[in-house]
Amino acid sequence: MKKIQILLVCCHPEISATIIRLIDKVEEMAGTAVSSPEEAMISFASRSYDLVLIGAGLAPEAESQLEAELKKRQPGIPVVYHFGGGSGLLYTEIRRALNRN
Amino acid sequence: MAQTILHKANTRNIADHGWLKSFQTFSFGMNYDPDRVQFGALRVLNDDIVDGGKGFGEHPHDNMEIISISLEGSLQHEDSMQNVAIIEPGEIQVMSAGTGIYHQEFNKNSDQPVKFLQIWLFPNQRNVSPRYQQKRYDTLLKPNEFTQILSPEKDASSVWIYQDAWFNIGKFEAGVKLTHPLKNKDNGIYVFVIKGSLKINGQELEERDGYGLWETESIEVETLTTAEILLMEVPMNY
Repeated sequence: MKKIQILLVCCHPEISATIIRLIDKVEEMAGTAVSSPEEAMISFASRSYDLVLIGAGLAPEAESQLEAELKKRQPGIPVVYHFGGGSGLLYTEIRRALNRN
Repeated sequence: MAQTILHKANTRNIADHGWLKSFQTFSFGMNYDPDRVQFGALRVLNDDIVDGGKGFGEHPHDNMEIISISLEGSLQHEDSMQNVAIIEPGEIQVMSAGTGIYHQEFNKNSDQPVKFLQIWLFPNQRNVSPRYQQKRYDTLLKPNEFTQILSPEKDASSVWIYQDAWFNIGKFEAGVKLTHPLKNKDNGIYVFVIKGSLKINGQELEERDGYGLWETESIEVETLTTAEILLMEVPMNY
């Protein structure tokens, strides 16, 4: 089964670890975490992702600039601004974004 | 004419983890219902029952306004800002998670469940410094009136959050009729029946039903029995 590949960009190490753990708990999903927009673009260039989660810690300008660069490279990529931190909202946000696409 | 959405109590998702029974009005955790994700800025309304001595271990939050209202029993809260508190019935707790906070919540008592509402609102500012606040509201209640328990204003009578939201709570006898005006006509208002039965603009509601209304400047409340009602006025566009 091909897993849904999710790239998480989050500067907050504990929140990042929690989100990746939650993603990896779901059989059909696999998460990769990076902690800066620069690392995100390198990872995005090197492999294929189905969705990008932008999480805690980035400045608003950095968030929108990253989204623009990701969409320039892959126009259809869903980019989700994920906040909340725990499992509460995560799966809904992922499924909603994938369904929208 | 107001727009409305009715969420009957028995249509809520039930997440049963043994130690925790969570009755969830909106999509939460593994439950995803595209038609029930949020009501404006109101994203989570969980009606939780936690067994004696059990609870939520330490976990992080960010950029969310998290509100707890205890209904029965005692909920112990500890967080990364060194707050240690017990939330009893008649109290409201808010946590602005902002840039990030860790907390844990446990049923303080080993021999009885704790019942509480867990409510999450999207904030109107991101990456604020995390903050915690708790206040007793039951001493302010007057029979057959709503009392403000949460607002965006940093006043002394209610807790405040980073969102243009106002919560009111009230305990009523049967047969009370009143009009409750909204603070902002662009907001919506979500009515949650804690106890009893009542009508809102003629719509009959039972215990634990939820009813959202928007495009209105006020609502008409009529209690059919003794009732306890929570009103959550929130931005529909935030």
